[in-house]
Amino acid sequence: MSRIAARFAALHAAGRGALIPFLEAWDPDPATSMALLRGMPGAGADLIEIGCAFTDPMADGPTIQAAGRRALAAGATLGHTLAMVREFRRDDDATPIILMGYLNPILSYGTDRFCTDAAASGVDGLIVVDLPSEEADMLVPQAGAHGIDVIRLVAPTTDAARLPKVLDGSSGFVYYVSITGITGTRSAGFDELAAAIPRVRRATDLPIAIGFGVRSPAQAADAVRAADAAVVASALIETLAASLDAQGRAAPDTVRRVLDQVRALAEGVRGARSAAR
Amino acid sequence: MTQSASAPTFGANGLRNGPDARGRFGAYGGRFVAETLMPLVLELEGAYAAACADPAFRTELDYYLRDYVGRPSPLWYAERLTRALGGARVYFKRDELNHTGAHKVNNCMGQILLARRMHKTRIIAETGAGQHGVATATVCALFGLPCVIYMGAVDVERQNPNVFRMKLLGAEVRPVTSGAGTLKDAMNEALRDWVANVADTYYLIGTVAGPHPYPAMVRDFQKIIGEEARAQMLAATGRLPDVAIAAVGGGSNAMGLFHPFLDDAGVRLIGVEAAGRGLDTHEHAASISRGRPGVLHGNITYLLQDDEGQIEEAHSISAGLDYPGIGPEHAWLHDIGRVEYAAVTDSEALEAFQLCTRTEGIIPALEPAHALAQVAKIAPGMDHEATILMNLCGRGDKDIFTVAEHLGVKL
Repeated sequence: MSRIAARFAALHAAGRGALIPFLEAWDPDPATSMALLRGMPGAGADLIEIGCAFTDPMADGPTIQAAGRRALAAGATLGHTLAMVREFRRDDDATPIILMGYLNPILSYGTDRFCTDAAASGVDGLIVVDLPSEEADMLVPQAGAHGIDVIRLVAPTTDAARLPKVLDGSSGFVYYVSITGITGTRSAGFDELAAAIPRVRRATDLPIAIGFGVRSPAQAADAVRAADAAVVASALIETLAASLDAQGRAAPDTVRRVLDQVRALAEGVRGARSAAR
Repeated sequence: MTQSASAPTFGANGLRNGPDARGRFGAYGGRFVAETLMPLVLELEGAYAAACADPAFRTELDYYLRDYVGRPSPLWYAERLTRALGGARVYFKRDELNHTGAHKVNNCMGQILLARRMHKTRIIAETGAGQHGVATATVCALFGLPCVIYMGAVDVERQNPNVFRMKLLGAEVRPVTSGAGTLKDAMNEALRDWVANVADTYYLIGTVAGPHPYPAMVRDFQKIIGEEARAQMLAATGRLPDVAIAAVGGGSNAMGLFHPFLDDAGVRLIGVEAAGRGLDTHEHAASISRGRPGVLHGNITYLLQDDEGQIEEAHSISAGLDYPGIGPEHAWLHDIGRVEYAAVTDSEALEAFQLCTRTEGIIPALEPAHALAQVAKIAPGMDHEATILMNLCGRGDKDIFTVAEHLGVKL
């Protein structure tokens, strides 16, 4: 069983949802980013999403755009991101790691070589924003051959006729983009999610994560009440960005402040279903 | 030419039938957008196919192209230029005489009529030099539709007259500060707007790039350039041109000129990229000459990118060519050898700009000045009976400040 499947099975047995915090690899520097990654499971992360910087992140709002710029300025590459995962795996063989990014750096690395190296480094899943199901054959077979899940995105615009096509051959979990918009802008309300998720649920047996616009512990709790996991990205990046000095360097408390926020989000997620009942 | 070897890609019907059902021209093109946009891209594809099948759409478009845009544009035998170069006879396809001063309006008119058929009530567009922005703002004013133009903050500074024109026409111009603040960043921001306004907004892309169906649709709206020019050359000279030549940024004026000639094996086709300060510097916009295939803005094509697949900034004296990619159909035509791609530097384009102005009394835009520089390179070596057809795709009024600066003149 893959790390992703095992983790969701264990959480299901425990009767709770998952928190999936996000960090941008090498934002603002390799050591800070590595410390965040290492600290996240202890702070309550159930799975971790690592953003891979791209010069032209067309689905991202200003917060994650800025994170990408800081990472690129620090010299981030896909190879460095894989090295971070290898380092992380020396101490943690259970927490699933999902890389999130755009297709071109993967194509440039070489799709086959990338999937080989990612699997060897301990990557469990890939979210490639600009790879809709129509183009999935450029990555899914290669990833699948190495046991890596390519996580499919479902959006509010994905209608009933299209949904089965989007989910065809999907694995790992399904990522529900809760708003029509870019990351870090607005948030969907619980009623919207409660209406949208059952539609997806009927079309798949995979766990469903909700992302885009999940910011607070209360919103994370709503997400796991409506679905199986909450992805929080921009809100954490904002905390990191706010802690940086005028030159964009990490402060002594940068890591602590972000991990404190992860802790608060984890409490929200863990209390969600008991509070609801 | 390797035309016969390449034909199997689209069967026996020649080179004009692309793209395939996936929106691919050979390995290039496709639909690389976020899932949120994918249903919209499919809706657009369906709406465009329906419009193409409806004779009333063509009739309506023809009416606006004739009575509003001013088509057909003339073919002009550039006699004094021909004598100055001393070789092949040079003909200009005068798309700079269109309303708004460039070929861009051909596409805008087609897409705005499509947007109206789709009952979209808000138009967005990206622009670099501002020509596409002006053309979009113009058709939006004509049809009373609100219009938001994304333009890189750097371009807003260097193309101030066009910014004012767009505002006069009622458009809202939003400066884009992300990235380097040029055309590619404006396109990112327009895509972000579209994903946040999926219900009412039509994204009016200005070149033969973006996700399918844009590259094919924009080409279809621009191919009137080549259709007219082909008939005009036959009428004027009794035969097809030996060479057809056009500048290439994203590549819409060139695709428009080339497409009707693709199956005319005897017509040599040359696209001219911007070599900026030189192909061996890092300051150029020559995606085919110096780039490699990758994915940006919804399609696979040749891109300027580093070893890690990060997109590099383009440079050209011409803001309209200042883009690190090229339309996917060009990428395919390059690979199969049907179109040659040359590159011309800023200073060569400036010389050609002045040559055209003085010999023909026509101030060309800096974009077609690149094409003209290539004409000046090849015409002298050609026979006096040979003919070159060049797309004079825009007029240079917008560029006089840039040119003055480079000539050391203070206006």
